[in-house]
Amino acid sequence: MTKEVFGLSPSRRAVLKGAGAGLLAAGFVAPVWAQSAPIKLGFQLHRTGIGAAYGRWYERTAQAALKVINDGGGINGRPVEILFEDDGTDPKRGAEVVEKLVSQAGCDLVFGPLFSHVVIGTAPRAAELKVPYLVCSEGYHVASGMLNRWTMQPGITDVRAQVSSMAPWVLANLGKKVTMVFPDYAFGHDHRDFFTAAVEAGGGQVIAQVAIPPTETSFTRYMPQIPADTEVLYHVMVGPAVLTFVKELGEFYGSGARPEIFGFIDSLEAVDTASPGLEFLEGTHFWEGHNRVKQADASDHETAYRAAVGVDDNGASISDAKDVSTYAHMFSVWETLHVIKAGMEASGYQSTADRQKFVEAVEAMTDMPASLAHVQGDKRFNGKTHQVFGHQFISKVEGGKLIRAHTTSLEDGMYPDAVDYTTQSF
Amino acid sequence: MAFGPFLFLALLEGTVMAAVLALTAIGLSLVFGVMRVVNVAHGEFFMLGAVTAWFVTHYLPFPPAIGWLAALLIAPLVVGAIAWLADVFVLKRLKYDPEATIVATIGLLYILQQTALTFYGPDARPVEPPFNLRLQFPWFGYSGYKLFVVLAAGLILLGVWAFMTRTKAGLVMRATQVDMETARAFGINVDRVYAGTFALGAALAAAAAVLIVPIQQAHYLMGHDPLLLSFIVVIIGGLGSLRGTLVAALIIGLSDGVISMFFSPTLAKIIATLLVALVLVFRPQGLFGAKT
Repeated sequence: MTKEVFGLSPSRRAVLKGAGAGLLAAGFVAPVWAQSAPIKLGFQLHRTGIGAAYGRWYERTAQAALKVINDGGGINGRPVEILFEDDGTDPKRGAEVVEKLVSQAGCDLVFGPLFSHVVIGTAPRAAELKVPYLVCSEGYHVASGMLNRWTMQPGITDVRAQVSSMAPWVLANLGKKVTMVFPDYAFGHDHRDFFTAAVEAGGGQVIAQVAIPPTETSFTRYMPQIPADTEVLYHVMVGPAVLTFVKELGEFYGSGARPEIFGFIDSLEAVDTASPGLEFLEGTHFWEGHNRVKQADASDHETAYRAAVGVDDNGASISDAKDVSTYAHMFSVWETLHVIKAGMEASGYQSTADRQKFVEAVEAMTDMPASLAHVQGDKRFNGKTHQVFGHQFISKVEGGKLIRAHTTSLEDGMYPDAVDYTTQSF
Repeated sequence: MAFGPFLFLALLEGTVMAAVLALTAIGLSLVFGVMRVVNVAHGEFFMLGAVTAWFVTHYLPFPPAIGWLAALLIAPLVVGAIAWLADVFVLKRLKYDPEATIVATIGLLYILQQTALTFYGPDARPVEPPFNLRLQFPWFGYSGYKLFVVLAAGLILLGVWAFMTRTKAGLVMRATQVDMETARAFGINVDRVYAGTFALGAALAAAAAVLIVPIQQAHYLMGHDPLLLSFIVVIIGGLGSLRGTLVAALIIGLSDGVISMFFSPTLAKIIATLLVALVLVFRPQGLFGAKT
């Protein structure tokens, strides 16, 4: 018996041809349909592990920036989605997270990690997968040429530029004999190497370097290593025990004589500067990438950003005054997402096939004027080294609040290029 | 800093460490001594103690001093109860088989850690000390609370000693330690002794954590270091020997304080681990352990 379809009796070959044509047509139609599909961005998030305090706020900042971008029409007219994946602040899991976001979830690119050991552990995998990897890690490893063409840092200044831009001010205002306390891994080593070099270039001297493992929980035992003739104590610490570190520093000096103290706010990120035991910080100075306490001259962009990420004028969450933000760093997530938008629009990004064009478009960027996209201030991107340069702030603790005392210029932090990634192959 | 004050500070730090270590390790030693169970989850009971202390001080409407005291009572009870349940539902069912209990307590470690992560979160949260007192020496300042920790740990250890030697429950525990089957033949409810011992060991770790949490912060990964150090102490002192545990805690605590300060904390850890290796090679039963 022969089946009749609309009066025809199709042969097996005709049916196969028809099906094949249908498949081909579907194949051609698919990209047209995909244009309205969302752009998927992977976020490598330190939700747990030693970076959890940063992770909590990086996620909130990313969500806030995402809302602003989607409300403004998305990227290239397409809505944007962010897929968050926890890496446990662990370099090994970092690479797996990127793999999962790219291979399984089909993300167009990955961004967002802060901790330098995670970035260094993950970047090679991103290059193997040929996926843009935009980091917010401050480490000099991007501009040093250690990583690869797919890894870029367009949202935050690196440690080398930060510390060399501030060293002259520290030497001129606080003292010439410096002791450094820093975490004993890549990020801390950048501090050690470049601040020491900058101090020596400025006629000062680093008289002791105290390296502390980032997982340490007790710090008093390190403090006798600080020489008594120290004029400036330079501290930078990370991890869950930062509050212990600063408290024990206060206990150690007590009411006795102490050197001038210049710290990186990293030692107190997500910690209230008015916590009991921190009274000794009054009159000391901190580096801030972005002023936690709203300053008198805050711009409209800054005010809008603060409201969007849900942070009050003291730098804590609007809904919980005890939930202090990582304000000095988290702007990098906001700005990186806006750089992604600008890069994708400049390259006419359509699909993962355009990843290389996207990297080239970001490399072509130079000046980034202060705007809602760059809320921390104007910046200059160096496409050859994949590194951005911004202003740095030195704040003084006055009445328990961080008040800005000095702003560096972009030129203060510039240094000669160590690499030209644009000459490397993809 | 001159040599004298330097050594003084090193000894202060070492004493604090020794006190907390003794309290943590004694629980591990007790559990091994009586039950022959190597409790890999011991560090997590320590962590649970700290986390419970945070919940108690955060949610009970007391001033810091009372809140902390409440935590010192409640946290060991809560953690002890969890350990009791773990014994009844897991260890007992494995018939306290040494290999099976090691694997089971490793599993317990992850369950407790991830539960803390789920319900407490990944952040390090501070607990206010019951009092803020800073001692100002001519060369440096020091936390008065840290010295109080030494005192409190000493009192709790004294309590454990009195419990083990002066009470009937202690006698029953020691009897079970010497010979479980004979103890059972004499009508001792060995199951209850085991559950009670496991709970007591965990409660001691929790008490140590409540003492330490105003100095450090409560964090879901904080159980790792105490576990490692407790094992070092217990192996050097001799598994199951309470006296050995105390002596070893003093040795490790003080040497860690002194070596950390004069050389580096990493070297202190290296030497402690080397000591464990030497003890295992030349005196496997530990300094005070009985030959089996």
